[in-house]
Amino acid sequence: MAALINNTVDIVNASRRIKQEEIDEAKKNGVEPVEFIVARDAIAVIVNPKNPVNELTLQQLSDIYSGKYTNWLEVGGEDRPIVRLSRETNSGTHVYFLETVLRLGNKEDKTLFSTDTLLLPSSEGIISEVRQNPNALGYDGLGYVPDDLKTIAIAKEEGGAFVLPSISTVNDKTYPIARDLYMYTNGEPTGVVREYLDWILSAEAQQIVAELGFVPVK
Amino acid sequence: MEKSLSWREFIITRLIQSSGYSAVIFVLLIFFFLLREGLPTLSEVDASSLLSVRWYPIEDYFGILPLISGSLMVTLGAALIAVPFGIGTAVYISEIAPRWMREILKPLVELLGGLPSVVLGFLGILVVSPFLRIFLDLPTGLTAFTGSLLLGGIAVPTIVSVAEDALDSVPRAYREGAWALGATRWQTIWRVTLPAARSGVLTAVMLGVGRAIGETMTVMMVTGNAPVLALKLGSLFSPVRTMTATIAAEMGEVANGSTHYHVLFLIGIVLFVISLIVNIIASSVVFRARKRAERILS
Repeated sequence: MAALINNTVDIVNASRRIKQEEIDEAKKNGVEPVEFIVARDAIAVIVNPKNPVNELTLQQLSDIYSGKYTNWLEVGGEDRPIVRLSRETNSGTHVYFLETVLRLGNKEDKTLFSTDTLLLPSSEGIISEVRQNPNALGYDGLGYVPDDLKTIAIAKEEGGAFVLPSISTVNDKTYPIARDLYMYTNGEPTGVVREYLDWILSAEAQQIVAELGFVPVK
Repeated sequence: MEKSLSWREFIITRLIQSSGYSAVIFVLLIFFFLLREGLPTLSEVDASSLLSVRWYPIEDYFGILPLISGSLMVTLGAALIAVPFGIGTAVYISEIAPRWMREILKPLVELLGGLPSVVLGFLGILVVSPFLRIFLDLPTGLTAFTGSLLLGGIAVPTIVSVAEDALDSVPRAYREGAWALGATRWQTIWRVTLPAARSGVLTAVMLGVGRAIGETMTVMMVTGNAPVLALKLGSLFSPVRTMTATIAAEMGEVANGSTHYHVLFLIGIVLFVISLIVNIIASSVVFRARKRAERILS
């Protein structure tokens, strides 16, 4: 986003929608952001395979990450401390998780991550910690999660059905933590940038999107 | 002939002079740049907010105390590990090891110093942190202590290399004098050789600590980066977030000229000031030691 606002790139990839203040900032620099939705991504909540917990509600996840629950016992697991893992605050995944899970989509809610949440700079950091630590709870884009970690089924509310993330559950909107992925250009694209974006939205490229573990838009 | 010689002399003198001044000028320029980018913070953020204990910049919580305490905790831990270990290694290589051993050990230690810090970070994530979690029965292995261990590893080669050179340059007559007075090998090392090489050994320690406090990549990978205020000794075994890791992780995505951007530069100023203080203390200690040595010799 910073690169787009400073007008140093033609296309910027983003996993969150641009903020109003960023649009204002960009316009100040003579940049007119244009938005394209190029794929969808589900955020998988992951734990170590040794952890017996299989399902959580959004409310439980929110209470864990805000620091209300600190032991797996409180959400139906073993007597182990919960080690919360998150991406860095500048990652779109982090902001999306904050808004959708911690604040349950409520704009007025001011809940924050517990301060002892580990902020890891990469997906790989989260995955390697979850892989070796049975106390860990993490989240990451579905496309990044390897097979040897356990994905938690999520229910939108207490008593609702617990749903695992997959292409079909994301597209029929039953999996609650899924989002759009964006590309932004400076003004309506022309020339090669236009051609590239047309290709991205073509059936061929969307096939690749599906192969990489993301969810195609069409 | 004479004329061209004096010309050459003149040019060479100026060249050396300007390279000497340039070091000072660069430091001043960097400091000026930091001040220009960092000082606007003070008008944008309240002091009470800056000195709070919550760092969450995307919602305008700019408490830098957890970051300062995190950096100090990791650096202190690294110094506690690296200083005794580094000086001990230097003493062994310079005073005790036989010649063939020294010729193997010194290049090996210097090779360790050339290890890229990312590689050490990988080692930390994949080996050290899982080991510490199981061995010390911690909730997670990504802690300040893990960072201290690896930073200690980074600082040791610097300390060994510089301290060994200092010990090596102590005149042989000093040791022979001590032996002639009936001192044991240990008494000679502890009471004669080490004090004689004191200023060099102190420089070694400062360079090592300087490397540790400025190190970024390794700590970002292994300390967990949780901005918790670290006050108790027990915090050494829980995750912390350092100043360097914060700047590295957040600078890439911050909008140029925003409050968050200015605060990151303010953190840069704090880092700069801390290493300045460390250097001033070190050089004043060295200066005082030298004064006393001159008095004794005269």
